Amino acid sequence: MTDQIPPNSYRTLPDERGHFGEFGGRYVAETLMPLILDLDREYRAAKADPAFKAEFDDLLEHYVGRPSPLYYAERLTEEIRSRAPKGKGAQIWFKRDELNHTGAHKINNCIGQILLAKRMGKTRIIAETGAGQHGVATATVAARFGLPCVIYMGARDIERQQPNVFRMKLLGAEVVPVSSGAKTLKDAMNEGLRDWVANVHDTFYIIGTAAGPHPYPELVRDFQSVIGTEARAQMLARINRLPDLLVAAIGGGSNAIGLFHPFLDDPDVAMLGVEAAGEGLDKRHAASLAGGDPGVLHGNKTYLLQDEDGQIAEAHSISAGLDYPGIGPEHAWLKESGRVDYSSVTDTEALNAFQLLCRTEGIIPALEPSHAIAAVTKRAVEMDSDQIILANLCGRGDKDIFTVAEALGVEI
Amino acid sequence: MKRLSAKFDHCRADDRAALVAFITGGDPTPADTGAILDALVEGGADIIELGMPFTDPMADGPSIQEANLRSLGSGTTTADLFAIARDFRARHPAVPLVLMGYANPMIRRGPGWFAEQCVEAGVDGVICVDIPTEEDEALGPSLRELGVATIRLATPTTDEARLPAVLEGASGFLYYVSVAGITGKQQAAQDSIEAAVTRLKAQTDLPVAVGFGVRTPEQAADIARVADGVVVGSAIVELVGEHGSNAPGPVRDYVRTLADAISTARTAKG
Ligand SMILES: Cc1ncc(COP(=O)(O)O)c(C=O)c1O
Repeated sequence: MTDQIPPNSYRTLPDERGHFGEFGGRYVAETLMPLILDLDREYRAAKADPAFKAEFDDLLEHYVGRPSPLYYAERLTEEIRSRAPKGKGAQIWFKRDELNHTGAHKINNCIGQILLAKRMGKTRIIAETGAGQHGVATATVAARFGLPCVIYMGARDIERQQPNVFRMKLLGAEVVPVSSGAKTLKDAMNEGLRDWVANVHDTFYIIGTAAGPHPYPELVRDFQSVIGTEARAQMLARINRLPDLLVAAIGGGSNAIGLFHPFLDDPDVAMLGVEAAGEGLDKRHAASLAGGDPGVLHGNKTYLLQDEDGQIAEAHSISAGLDYPGIGPEHAWLKESGRVDYSSVTDTEALNAFQLLCRTEGIIPALEPSHAIAAVTKRAVEMDSDQIILANLCGRGDKDIFTVAEALGVEI
Repeated sequence: MKRLSAKFDHCRADDRAALVAFITGGDPTPADTGAILDALVEGGADIIELGMPFTDPMADGPSIQEANLRSLGSGTTTADLFAIARDFRARHPAVPLVLMGYANPMIRRGPGWFAEQCVEAGVDGVICVDIPTEEDEALGPSLRELGVATIRLATPTTDEARLPAVLEGASGFLYYVSVAGITGKQQAAQDSIEAAVTRLKAQTDLPVAVGFGVRTPEQAADIARVADGVVVGSAIVELVGEHGSNAPGPVRDYVRTLADAISTARTAKG
C-alpha cells in the first residue's frame, strides 16, 4: 500500500522546483545553481536505476547492519505505567538506529549521497557537522570509497564533541574548525557552502540533514526513509498493527522525516516531532517551529530563529546535533498542514530521559533522541495501555558521556 | 533605475568603464557610513553598492564576513540602512545606489515592503546573492513593479543554455562574478574575463560589470578595457576594517587610484 499514492496524499511533495507549499526551494548563489540542477538530474536518474538501489540496499545490509531491530521497551513501559492512572501508559517501542555502524541514523544518508557522488564522478567530499555524527558518517563512507574528505565543524562543537573529532581524524578526514558566528552547526554549514562554491567542479557536498537547497531535502528524506519503511513492515510482522504515535527528535529533521514519511498516508498514525527547547522557550533554545518565523537560510525557505530584521539568532541546546536555528522545509510544511504535531523538550528533561533509558533498558541514548524519549514519557502516561508509541532511537550516547557528566557535575 | 542607465550612457560617451564601489553598510557603525560613501564618490566611484549586513554571509570571504559582523556588532538595523541610503540620496541626487545582500533581511517584512522602502530611500537597484532566477518571485516582481532594478549575477558556471533564464527579468546591469568562489583575494585570468564578457554581450544589451578579486589599479584597468563596469569590494572593505572611523581619507585616495586607472585604460593601451 505504501507504493500507491492516494489522491489526498501527504507524500507527493516537493514539486519539481523543490517547493513544499511555500517552503523549500533553491535559494543559492548563481555559481551553485547549475550544480544543483545537475545534482537534481543525476538524482532522478539514480532513482530510476535498479543498480543504484541494489548497491544502496547491499551497503545498508552488509556495511551499516540493516535492518535495525524494532524493540519493545518493556521495563520503560512498566516504569511509565507505574506513574500513570489505571489503564493508562502506552506501550513504548524503539526503532534501534543507534545500532547502525557509526552509531546513528546519519550513515543511511551518507551511503546514498556517496553513491551519487561516485555516479557524478566527483573526487572530493565535504560536509558540515554539529554533534560530529554526520561528520563521522561522512568520513566513514569517504574512507570506504577512497575519497579525500573535509569536515567543517564549529569550534564550539569541536570542544564538546572531542571523541567524534578524533574518530573523524582516524578515518582520514581533515576537520576544519569554524570560528565565525556562534561557532556551531549553522556556521559550519556556511563554511561548507563557501568551500563548495569555490570547488564546484570536483567536490560533492554531503549535507547531513533534510534541509538545504532542493533536491537535498528530498534525497536525504528518501535515503532516511529506510527507517520508516522497515519499521512499518516490522510492526506489521510482529504485532500485525501500526503504531498509534510516532515520535522523533528534530535538529534539521532527517531522522524524523525518515521515520514519518512512509507513514504519512496512514491516517490513524499520529506523529510528533520534538524540537530542543534548550533552557526553555522563553530563554535560549533551538526550537525553530515553536519560536521562529518563515525565512530563507542555507538554500531553503523554512522556519528560522531570527530577529525582526531577519538576522539569524543563535540556537542553544545541550545536544550539539539539535543546535540549529532552522528546520527542514518538509517539516515546516507538515506543521502548517497539521499532519504532524511538534513539541519541544528542555535540556533538563532530555538529561532526565537519558538517565531513565540507561537505567530501565540498559541503553545509553544520544542526547538527540533523549529529547524524543522525554516527549514519549510525557505522552505515554496520557495514552491508553493498549496503544503503541514508536520512537526513533536515532543515536547512541557514547559521544555524549562527557557532556552529560559535566551537566550532572561528575568528573571523569 | 534611470540613474543607472544614465550613468552607463555617460560613461560610454566618455569611452570608459564605470567604477562600481562596494562597502558594507553600518561598518564600523551606521554613523560612519555616510562619510565613507562620500569618500567613494569623491574618489571617483560612479555607482555605489551598499551591502546590507547579514549574520550568515555564505558567499563572502573573511574580509566581508568581518565587515558584516562589525556592522551588526554596532547594532545596525534595516531601518539604519535605509536611513543611510536616504541621506546619501539627498547629498548625491545623481549617483546610482544599489543594495547588495542576502534574501532573508530583504524579504523579512515582505517583498512589497522592501521594494517600497527602496523607492522611498532612492535606491536604484537590488542585488540579492541567494535569490537565483528560479526563486525570482520571492522578491523580483515587487521590485520591478516599483521600477527598482533587479540586478542579476552571472558566473563562470552559468553556461550558454542557462544564460537566457538568468537574463529574463534582469535589469540595471549584469554583474559578472569572474571567479567561482567567495569574495576576497582570488582573481580570474584576464583572457577568461574577456571571453566571458564577449559571451554575455552576445546575449544581452545590459551593461556588464565585472567583479570579485579586483584590488589593484592595473587589474581594474585591464577589466575596464573589456567591460562596462568594474566592481571593487573586499579591498575597500579591508581599508574600512583597518582605519575604522578614519577610513574616509584612505578610502578616497585608494578609490582615486582605481578611477584614474580606469579613466585612461582604453586610451592608454587600447
Ligand atoms: C544522533 C542524532 N540524532 C539526531 C540528530 C539531528 O539531526 P536530524 O534532525 O537531521 O535527524 C543528530 C545530528 O547530528 C544526531 O547526531
